[in-house]
Formats: sequence, C-alpha cells, structure tokens
Amino acid sequence: MLASLEGAVTAATLALTAMGLSLVFGVMRVVNVAHGEFYMLGAVIAWFVSTTLGTHPAIGFVGALIVAPVLVGLLAAAADRLILARINYDPERTIVATIGLLYILQQSTLMTFGPDARPVEPPFNSRIALPWWRQGENGLEMFYPWGLATTSYKLFIIVAAVAILIGLWVLLTRTRIGLVMRATQADREMATAFGIPVERVYAMVFGLGAGLAALGAVLIVPVQQAHYLMGADPLLLSFIVVIIGGLGSLPGTIIAALLIGMSDGIISVFFSPTLAKILATLVVAMVLVFRPQGLLGKASA
Amino acid sequence: MTDKTPTRAPFTRRAALATLGATGASLAVPGLLPGLGGTAQAQSGDPIKIGFQVHRTGIGAAYGRWYDRTSQAAVARINDMGGINGRPVELVSEDDGTDPKRGAEVLEKFANQSNCDVAFGTLFSHVVIGSAPRAAELKLPYFVVSEGHHVASGMLNRYTLQPGITDVKSQVIAMAPFVGDNLGKKVTMMFADFAFGHDHRDFFSEAIKEQGGKVIKMIAIPPTETSFTKYFPQIPQETEVLYHVMVGPAVLTFVKEMGEFFGPSRPEIFGYIDSLEAVSIDSPGLEFLEGTYFWEGNPRYAQTDQTEFDKAFREAVGVDDSGASITDPADVSTYAHMFGCWETLNVIKAGMEACNYQGPEDRQALIEAVEAMTEMPASMDHPQGDKLFNGKTHQVFGVQYISKVEDGMLKVVHTTSIEDGFYPDEVDYTTQPF
Repeated sequence: MLASLEGAVTAATLALTAMGLSLVFGVMRVVNVAHGEFYMLGAVIAWFVSTTLGTHPAIGFVGALIVAPVLVGLLAAAADRLILARINYDPERTIVATIGLLYILQQSTLMTFGPDARPVEPPFNSRIALPWWRQGENGLEMFYPWGLATTSYKLFIIVAAVAILIGLWVLLTRTRIGLVMRATQADREMATAFGIPVERVYAMVFGLGAGLAALGAVLIVPVQQAHYLMGADPLLLSFIVVIIGGLGSLPGTIIAALLIGMSDGIISVFFSPTLAKILATLVVAMVLVFRPQGLLGKASA
Repeated sequence: MTDKTPTRAPFTRRAALATLGATGASLAVPGLLPGLGGTAQAQSGDPIKIGFQVHRTGIGAAYGRWYDRTSQAAVARINDMGGINGRPVELVSEDDGTDPKRGAEVLEKFANQSNCDVAFGTLFSHVVIGSAPRAAELKLPYFVVSEGHHVASGMLNRYTLQPGITDVKSQVIAMAPFVGDNLGKKVTMMFADFAFGHDHRDFFSEAIKEQGGKVIKMIAIPPTETSFTKYFPQIPQETEVLYHVMVGPAVLTFVKEMGEFFGPSRPEIFGYIDSLEAVSIDSPGLEFLEGTYFWEGNPRYAQTDQTEFDKAFREAVGVDDSGASITDPADVSTYAHMFGCWETLNVIKAGMEACNYQGPEDRQALIEAVEAMTEMPASMDHPQGDKLFNGKTHQVFGVQYISKVEDGMLKVVHTTSIEDGFYPDEVDYTTQPF
C-alpha cells in the first residue's frame, strides 16, 4: 500500500518530466541533456517565489506553480532561439549544446542560490494514517501501525499530475496549437510549406517541455528540497522512461513512467532502492536489445 | 583579412608563437618567485600560512560554510593576540568539493603552489582518507576535524592528526550506556553509507552489545539520497530505539519523513545531531522530535550552566543563543562540530610555539611538539570543554553531550566524562619514521 503510493508519487512527477523530454524529442528531434536542469530551476524558483511571497505557504505554492513553469519555459524558449536555432537543430551539435547549457544553468544556480538544500513548505500537509487489525486480548482490535500512512500532499501530487497530463493531452489533440505541433512533428518541410511558423513552434515546444519539467519539480519540491545538483536523477530516469516508452511517443512515455515509478516504489520498499535502480537499467538494456524503438515507438523505416 | 590591409606586417604563426612564449615566460616568473622565497627563508614579518581544505560545494557545503566562519574567527583572535611566534597567520582557503580526489589535489596545491606551512580543516571522512596519503608524501602536517576513527585506527600516517574533536568510536562508547540504560536494548540503526557512517555501524553495535543490547537491523543510506520514505519500512516492528545518523544536503527531508512514517506511535529515537546540523529544530514537520534524544559535540542552545568560554566563542563566531547566525536566524550553524576548527587552530598555535616553528623545515618538529601534548583544560583555546590528547594515536578525547528535545529546544540531560570514551590504543604513530 505504502509502496504503491510512493511509486505513484514517483511515477506522477516522472511522467511530467519525461513528457517534456519526449515532446521535445518527438517534435524537434532534439535530445535535451539540459532537461534535468530545467527541472532543478523549477524547484529553485519555487523556493524563491515561496520565500519572497512569504505569507501563507499555500499562496507561495500557488505562486510558484504559475511563475516557475512560465519563467523556465521562457528561458528555454530563449535558449532555443539563441542556441539551438543557430546550429540548425543538428542532432550531434544539439547534444553538445545542451550539455553546455546544463553546466551553465547548474553553475549559475550554484553561484546565486548557493550549495545548500532549501526546503519549500507544502501548502497543506496532514498525515493520513490507515488502520490495521490484529488479534489482541479483546479479539480483533484496530491499531495504527508505523508506516501505514501517507500525507495529503502526496495524494495531491498524484491528482495534480494526472490533471496536468489530461490538460496536455487536450492541448495536443483538441487545439490548434496541438494540431500545428503534430503537423510539425509529422513533416517539418510540409508544415513550412503550409505556412506554419516552424521556428516559433520549435521555441514553443522547447519552452513547453522545460515548463513541464519545472512543473514536476514544483510539485515534488515540498516533499524533497531544492538543491543545485537535483537535476541529475530526474534526467537519468526521464531518459530511461523515454527509451522504454519509445522516443517521441507520448502514450508510451506515460506507460513507461508508471511502470518505472511503480516498480521503483515497490522494489525499494520490499527489497532495496539500489536493486530498483539496477532493475530499471536492466529493463532499458533489454528494451534496447529486443525492441529498439521502445514499447510504443514506431519502427523507423 | 591580411590582403585588405597590406601595409601591416603579416602576422605569421612564428611571430605569434614567439609572442605567446614570451608572455608565458613572463607569467611564469612571478609564479615561481614566491615559491623560491617561501622555502628559502621565512622572515619574521611573513605570515604563517595555514592551508584550509574547505567543503564549499558538494554534500558538505553547510558544514564548510560554518567551518569557514569559525576558522576565520579563530585566526582573527590569534592575530589579535600577536599571531604565532610574532608572525601573523593567514588562512589559504581552497574548495575541495567534498570530493576525495579534489581533496588530494588541494593538498598538493597547498604544499607546492601557495607554500602553506600546514594543512587543516577537513571534515568529511572520505575526503580525509583520500587526502591523508598525499599529505604524508608531501610531508605536510595535516590537521583534520573529522570525527572519523580513521586517525586513531592506524589507517593513516604520522602527518595526519586530529587534536580538535573526539572520534566516533570514543563518542559511541561513551554514549552507549545511556542508550542501553534509558532508552532500550533493541536498536535499529540508520546511517550514512560511507566511512563515517560505517564507524557508527561498527563501534555502536559493539558498544551496545557490552550493555546487553543488540542491533537488530542496520539500514545504510547513500549520503546523496534525496527521498527516504522507501527506507523506513525496513525498520522491524520490535525496535525499541531508532539510532539515526545521516549527513548530506537532504537531512531535513530524512528527519521529516521519519516523522511521517512513525506518526504518533514512534519508538525511542536517539540521533546524532549530524542528522540535523545546519537545520532548525523547529522546522515545520519536526514536531515529532519532542522528547527524542541527540548526541551533540557541543550544545547548540546556550544552556543555563553555559561557560564563559562558550559565551565568548559564540560571540566571536557570530552565533546566537539558539545556535543560529546573529545576522540571519534562518542560517543555523553546525555548532556540534565547528568548535573543532577553533580548537585545532589553537593546538597548531601551541605546537608551533612549543617548537619555535620558523618554516617548512620545522614541520617534523611541529608534529613532535603536538604529539607531546596531553591535557588541554577548558579555556578560551578549548571552549567545548576539557580534553586529553593521545600523542601515540594522534587523537584527542573530550566530553560528549546528550540532549533531549524539550519545547523545541535541545536541553543537555547527560554529559559524559572523558574517561567514558577511552579505548585501548590501536596504533603508535610516534614509532613511524617521518
């Protein structure tokens, strides 16, 4: 029970972060190595917003929920215009460029925000304990064992992530912007021919992808803490998820996020967290060997 | 480009190389000069340079910040009192990234580039263990403030000394009777998975066995971990005492999630304050700590029987009565450890004065002078309390404090004696050649 809840929390934020990575790859064919740093920036901005507003944690949190993704998205869009567009989205050079971006973001955060981990207060947080029954002196009695509990905030993370993912799906399938994005993904040159401002779509997608990572971070930061090196783990996990799900396939990404998140939670609780990481990496290797295009990826022609 | 400006002399590759070479040489010369000057002689006005290996970044950053402030304050005090042997003292600080590899490089820089007389200040045990062999090769006295048992275990070398803070083995031996008598016999340990945590694992389980207790489960956690809920279900139900010692940037999350895990029905909890160093004890989510116990190297909250030395020490470093910075109450110090920097610098001073230290040629005499030290009574030089130095094992022994959380403050309930922490010598460094 606890295990699957923990897993669901991991899966929820992972789905958001990996979604961003997958979207960027799907539409732009760019492997964004700096994705984890956008995540980290989201958390750091959340800390900054919540301490500057500094009244009730809920106000700070809602502020962060709006400000952080927008700021990070704008920053990413600017990075796209200034860097990625200049190197014509050349696959190899974009990898090197985003590695550079990773270090620039990480070290600037170290210089300004500092090396400490800082907490962000959750807007609400109450411990929800689940009762259990055991055979006692007076027959069956109810008690609250250790660990059989979660917090209301963790449940909120799951709900919020699902809501955001539904929103994203509506955006991609039901709106004009989504149509334009999908058109660009399907065939860039044809899209240009039909008068779609591909350059602007690219900037928007890159911003959206980074914004999703930031959103995931804002949701998780009250559970963890904001730290300048926090981007490494989500980046790795996102790549694992995206590879398993199939690069560029959004439903595949969600399925893989659920798979990795839940198995991480369950294996960590019952065995050890190290084993969970080993297994996740093993799954990636297996997928690459037997189904290189990923679970739901389309085989390349 | 050249054909558009034919009047200018062509800028050939040869000329470019010549210019570069000349620039390089002129840059190198001033770089060499202090190197020659420093080893050749030491004039009375020259400062004594203490290389300070500081964890500015990496997992030890919070400690590094306060080790830095404490050391700066200690050096300012030494200079106000006339320096060492009439010479001013200068701290040469260098970030090691809390990384053993960089730690060794930093020592090299101290010895060969900045011409430091001694190296000092390292906390994290893996950095100490990684750097100490290089200190011996460089013949650079290396004064660590790390708590680890690696100095007294004989693992290191004659050039590495720990005269400012008691080691973990001594701390847990002194503390185990209190845990066994007052809290419970069945202990589950959660510790940071590196050398420092392993010292706790090995020596506490030994020490509690002598008290008739038993460690029923050991849970190792990587110090870079950020989420801990998944580790707690491994705690067995019959646990009477949870013993925790964590380090790293996410310690607040660790303790908070511990509270969420246990809820209202927690076992007794005994923690090393390391799990909460640089973190305010009244942070939201830590209310459950009320009534739990902590080891403290030096009590964070000023106690009612506070010594005049502790008071003056707080003032000099800039720490208020609740252990936070006087300029920013949210900036909580690493009070249980940082006194070690202050005391170590004073030991270096006393050692240098005893051997009339003049320059790097007296480094061995300095080590012998420190090895000859024994009693260090509580004073402004040793504000944490009385200490006894063992020259053979290069390790100091001191009193330990056990505090209970009451009304969101740490109140000392038990102070161990120096003798409580004694154990047989495991090494005699004085027999090793320089």
